[in-house]
Amino acid sequence: MRLAAENLSGERGGETVFSGVSFALGQSETLLVTGPNGAGKSTLLRIIAGLLPVAKGHVAFSGGGEIFPDAGAACHYLGHLNGMKPALSIEENLVFWRDFLGEERLSPLEALEIVGLGEIAHLPFGYLSTGQRRRTAIARLLVSYRPVWLLDEPTAGLDRASEAQFAEVMRAHLSAGGIIVAATHLPLGLEGTQELKMGAGN
Amino acid sequence: MLALYLREIRLGIRAGSGAMTGILFFLAVVAVIPFGVGPDLNLLARIGPAVLWIGALLASLLGLDRLFQADREDGSLDLLLMAGSRHMVALTVFTKCLAHWTTAVLPLALITPLLGIFMNVPPGGLAAATLTLLVGTPAITFIGAVGAALTVALPRGGLLVSVLILPLTIPVLIFGVAASRGAVAEPDPFLPPFLLLSALTLFFAVIGPLAAALALRGAAD
Repeated sequence: MRLAAENLSGERGGETVFSGVSFALGQSETLLVTGPNGAGKSTLLRIIAGLLPVAKGHVAFSGGGEIFPDAGAACHYLGHLNGMKPALSIEENLVFWRDFLGEERLSPLEALEIVGLGEIAHLPFGYLSTGQRRRTAIARLLVSYRPVWLLDEPTAGLDRASEAQFAEVMRAHLSAGGIIVAATHLPLGLEGTQELKMGAGN
Repeated sequence: MLALYLREIRLGIRAGSGAMTGILFFLAVVAVIPFGVGPDLNLLARIGPAVLWIGALLASLLGLDRLFQADREDGSLDLLLMAGSRHMVALTVFTKCLAHWTTAVLPLALITPLLGIFMNVPPGGLAAATLTLLVGTPAITFIGAVGAALTVALPRGGLLVSVLILPLTIPVLIFGVAASRGAVAEPDPFLPPFLLLSALTLFFAVIGPLAAALALRGAAD
């Protein structure tokens, strides 16, 4: 499996926010996207996910077979928003995403155990703190399988222990042959990563 | 898709949803008409089906603007769109419409017989109004989905959605009222307008979700 971008440009509201971005990622590889606010990190992730149109260049995902025909289908996207409904319980939220996204992996309860929310799975999502909401969103990455994880500030709102836990989760994903693209200001605790500096002259 | 339908139903009946608002609005509209028109029972019976249909039409527009906006605000919409290669986006929209109709519009059709009594509509007319509402209101939801998708990025798009889609719902209203009146008033026919109403629903069930899916794709930012 391979995720590559060639000479990619991104636009936001008609203005080019970045241009000439290229990278190639194979299995078990991580790309850290860094740069100041407004450098286009989130835009880049949304373009890879297929949520924004490509302005120039192209993004290609290959080796996914019939199940993951394109980059959008092969990606888990963890954006600033968690994609959970406050009126449903944590478990109901995860059960929905597992059933909807398909490719089941862990059961929602197992995934919640890993992120340390196993005991409060019955609570409505709306009752949770910021960090707990983030951990629920991380659990979504575990209930259904996608080879590529697009993470936008994944550790925002997490405490130290949860950060370490999340690093563990990411390592497990990488060692199973996954690909991670993460936009972040904070070190994620991963070794041997490629780095893409945005907003620095390109 | 079943998972999405069940989630939407759950969200629809839990606290914080607007399902009850529609029913109360419908009740309010129909209940004040007899006071405004006066106690002329024949007149009430004559305009009854039309009032029921107009009330249900306006009530079913309430809450339509939240159809995609709620999903956009919590980030679910991105994930629903990204799953496009697994579940066609138009099909996702169709499922959401169906769930919205079940929780917010179906109750309106179900209390129509009760509200029809206020308007002195004869039993045959009550049955016809309920049946036409059951068949016709899905069309309004499917048209509404297009408006909701177009205004998904607007924070106060509620009224705009109604204004955008109201002209398109006029044919549904005309044939709905014509069929319900045809059931009781000789010599007006019941079947032709009823079949046209069914055709409108089937037509918009295809066009609506496709157009809404395109609009949602275009609105991504």
